[in-house]
Amino acid sequence: MTAEGVGFWVMAVVLVGGSLGVVLTPNLFHAAVLYLPAALVATGAIFWLLESPFLFGVQLLLYAGGVVTIVVFAIMLTERLVGESIRQSSRFVFNGAVLAAAIFVGVTGFIVQRVVPAALPAPPGEQMVVLGRALVGPFAVALQLLAVLLVVALLGALYFARTDD
Amino acid sequence: MPLQAYLVLAALVFAIGLFGVLTRRNAVGILLGIELMLNAVNINLVAFARFRADVAGLVFTMFTIAITVAEVAVGLAIVIAIFRVRRTIEADHLDLLRG
Repeated sequence: MTAEGVGFWVMAVVLVGGSLGVVLTPNLFHAAVLYLPAALVATGAIFWLLESPFLFGVQLLLYAGGVVTIVVFAIMLTERLVGESIRQSSRFVFNGAVLAAAIFVGVTGFIVQRVVPAALPAPPGEQMVVLGRALVGPFAVALQLLAVLLVVALLGALYFARTDD
Repeated sequence: MPLQAYLVLAALVFAIGLFGVLTRRNAVGILLGIELMLNAVNINLVAFARFRADVAGLVFTMFTIAITVAEVAVGLAIVIAIFRVRRTIEADHLDLLRG
């Protein structure tokens, strides 16, 4: 088995295990600071395996750094941390499992029936240069809209979270 | 690894995230499930970008990541605002809009 294959299987196991931990562990704090970062870093490593080291860095900075920090703050602000551990229960477990399994089987059945072409060679040039040119070329309008969306979303978050005095 | 391996892995993570969204009672837990689902979509985008040698998938992934971070910020701000008013973030108790 090639190095890519070994890396893929290791990262797949970490990713699936971390994801299961996020949705199954009764302690919400463990889900946020242990299992979610494991799943997110494994996802970043899969980006690396797909020859996108730049997205690996973005994933680490924004997801494993930023999102996890915000989630931890939200848990600390909404739960009573002192004394008891943070329990969280689940409901509709059977129905949820059936629906999730049905979607997985349906999507997988669709995927395995298709014949996919072999990988094309990567486009010439440094990936970050190609990515940067695409961002200011064909995707320039989308990039500007994204900037507007970020400003609006963060102002909205400030508005929701402010106190009423 | 063939493209299907990445797509099936992404579908599995998406299904796990969907399970979390459907079964969690805590609103923060539901947001964590949504994170997993968006991550699975990113794996699909990067895999197709690699196997089709098309940079658009990478650009879309960057957009998805940025939008997800904004979504988490707004979602958690809403959770905190709800907690201030109702003193709970259990999704079952947040039925103010139920007819």
